Amino acid sequence: MSATGAGAVVRPDREAQARLAARRTRRNFVGDGAMAIASGAALLIVLAVLAIILVDILHNGLPRLSWAFLTQEPREGMTAGGIFPAIVGMVQMVILMTLAGVPVGVATAIYLHEYSSPVSPVTRAIRIAVANLAGVPSIVFGLFGLGFFIQFLGAGIDKVFFHGQKVYGQPALIWAALTMAVLTLPVVIVATEEALRAVPRELREASLALGATKWQTVMHVVVPQAAPGILTGTILAVSRGAGEVAPILFTGAAYFLPQLPTHLSSQFMSPSYHVYVLSTQSPDVDATKPILYATVLVLLVLTFTLNMAAVVVRARMRRRQGVPA
Amino acid sequence: MISKSNSREHTNREYELELRRLREQLLLMGAKVEDIINGSIRALIDRDSELAEQGIAADRKINQLEIAIDELCMQVLARRQPVASDLRFLTTALKLVTDLERIGDLGVNICERVLELNGEPPLKPYVDLPNMSREVQEMLHEALDAFVAADVERAQRVIARDKNVDAYYTQIFRELLTYMMEDPRNIFRATRLQSIAKYLERIGDHATNLGELTVFMVKGKDIRHAGKLSDGAA
Amino acid sequence: MTANGVPKPEEQAKLVVRNLTVFYGEKKAVGPVAMDIVGQHVTALIGPSGCGKSTFLRSLNRMNELIPGCRIEGDVRLDGDPIYGQGIDPVAVRRRIGMVFQRSNPFPKSIAENVAYGLRIGGVNDAREIAMRVERALTQAALWEEVKDRLNDSALGLSGGQQQRLCIARALAVEPEVLLMDEPASALDPIATAHIEELINELSEHYTVVIVTHNMQQAARVADYTAFFYLGELVEFDRTDVLFTKPNDSRTEDYITGRFG
Repeated sequence: MSATGAGAVVRPDREAQARLAARRTRRNFVGDGAMAIASGAALLIVLAVLAIILVDILHNGLPRLSWAFLTQEPREGMTAGGIFPAIVGMVQMVILMTLAGVPVGVATAIYLHEYSSPVSPVTRAIRIAVANLAGVPSIVFGLFGLGFFIQFLGAGIDKVFFHGQKVYGQPALIWAALTMAVLTLPVVIVATEEALRAVPRELREASLALGATKWQTVMHVVVPQAAPGILTGTILAVSRGAGEVAPILFTGAAYFLPQLPTHLSSQFMSPSYHVYVLSTQSPDVDATKPILYATVLVLLVLTFTLNMAAVVVRARMRRRQGVPA
Repeated sequence: MISKSNSREHTNREYELELRRLREQLLLMGAKVEDIINGSIRALIDRDSELAEQGIAADRKINQLEIAIDELCMQVLARRQPVASDLRFLTTALKLVTDLERIGDLGVNICERVLELNGEPPLKPYVDLPNMSREVQEMLHEALDAFVAADVERAQRVIARDKNVDAYYTQIFRELLTYMMEDPRNIFRATRLQSIAKYLERIGDHATNLGELTVFMVKGKDIRHAGKLSDGAA
Repeated sequence: MTANGVPKPEEQAKLVVRNLTVFYGEKKAVGPVAMDIVGQHVTALIGPSGCGKSTFLRSLNRMNELIPGCRIEGDVRLDGDPIYGQGIDPVAVRRRIGMVFQRSNPFPKSIAENVAYGLRIGGVNDAREIAMRVERALTQAALWEEVKDRLNDSALGLSGGQQQRLCIARALAVEPEVLLMDEPASALDPIATAHIEELINELSEHYTVVIVTHNMQQAARVADYTAFFYLGELVEFDRTDVLFTKPNDSRTEDYITGRFG
């Protein structure tokens, strides 16, 4: 620092700078504090709502929950017994839904991402369709299932194969499953495309440079690398399918069935539908209330487990694929 | 000392400065060597012992410059990994320095012989020695200028003049031989004069080397030992 | 050898390039290039960023076609067989001309599976043959001793230099005739780089190697022939020792001596 008058000029600037810095720190501190309070409050509200719901359900449903509840069929007008047929029905429906929907969804995503040209009108049409499909209310899917699957396809099958006998032209497991498959298609497609996009270009290039065709590259390098994401998408789709009521309303669900579904054309019971009917059409509200809450609890546990499974599977597959140095 | 192709500067300023400094040092050394030679010839012709002493002392500076330039070249080679024209310039500089230092030593040798000669009366009027020395001095001067200007034609003219110097030496040697055979008392002075002529002839050879180095630096063609190696096709 | 010239009689041209031009859309990226790449020697492509050397390299194994809008004109022949043309399968070309990339890109599989990938893709199924060729490739890539006891470990657990050698082994397993390397050591530390350069020396006994490098000293160390690209044009092509001591073109001289202007 020079010994000339420059020293005298510098000092006042330092003080002003210090004051400015202090003011900025205070402002930041206040800003940070307000942010913390606001987000803390939001978190508390969400947790509170969740807690209220859970407490209510646990309080009312836990006492009724038992192994017998899960393995017995309902008796005496839904006031006693269990929900075993509903569980079976749901499992069957979900399996069929997955078998129908996931391959189509994954194949569509592979086509969109790996093969189609981004500017072609076909690609753009498909993308618009998928986006719109995701926004359609689920009741509309139910009506679609009724109108297309049951009244058109089902009736047609009946005419051709069953001589007009009503076999497939009515609510059936297969039609409910297909309707749900269409509903969850966007989920699968989007999740798969995300996973495909996450596969680095270098891996594809490496494969092609070794003399692999595009198909070989997709099948042996890209899809295996994208598998965690695809699997996650599938699990999310399943979780959604397990809980939806509106699409299966007209397409296959029934309130009370004496035997378990045996054919693709059979109707089936489902916990979500069961809850709907119990809460709106129950003859004896007090008697069915515990069953209602217990069923809801089962549904919640199931959904929660499925979502957790999605997270765990994804983490485990990620870890197996790559060990960060 | 800019060759025709490097009209642009190195992007790295330090590198450019190092090369410039190297050129300056080389020029300085060349000038000092020329001074010694000129001084030694002057001392011979004027029988000036003081000038001869000065010439001998000046050699120390030449040796210092040789060491300094060599070190500078090593540094540039290590740090800059020069290629192409830079590489040729550096390797030429290393060899140039050797030739210049030897020329300086030869100048000192001439001065030493002059001191010995000045202790006795002159043997004969000097006619050929001044001519020979003039030829050699001009060759040295031209060779250094050609290096500075990167002028290949000039360098090649220097190379061509060497045969004149060789002719002078043969003539002087024959003449001195007759003096020695005439009278044994001439032998001391005659041998000293013959040594001086030999030194001048060697200086001519070194100047020729400078010319060949210049040609290599500019053209990338090594023309030393011409006639013994075939011309490369590349 | 003159620029764009014919190699000496004892050295045969493995890849003959004539009039090769690469376009991205309407814009010309590099060319027209004429070059004879000598077999079982190392040819280096040098030049400043954006000069087209990588683009040129990738057009030798038809990898440029993967970029939309890319168009190639001209002729490339491998031992006389054209690489471009109607009915010529790029997949077959890439089996004869392999490539190693700038950043190592091993598959998230085991070491052995990485090397075997090209073989399986090509239809080799016999387990014993695969094992033998994997070992041979890893040996050629100077990696066998380091990984022979952990062939089933994930390839991603290897160090950077090892991963790059793995990628080289993977390319060699397919037994190509030509190996293209796009700045193979630029992401590696000096010791790993030295290993790779040593490996390139060994490989050039059996394979024709073409390497793109932005490091001129590496080209000087490693390559028998060097090509200098500038602004999308092949400026000069000659034996490395000639190009680095007395280049013909002033642009080459300026670039290699560091006078970029």
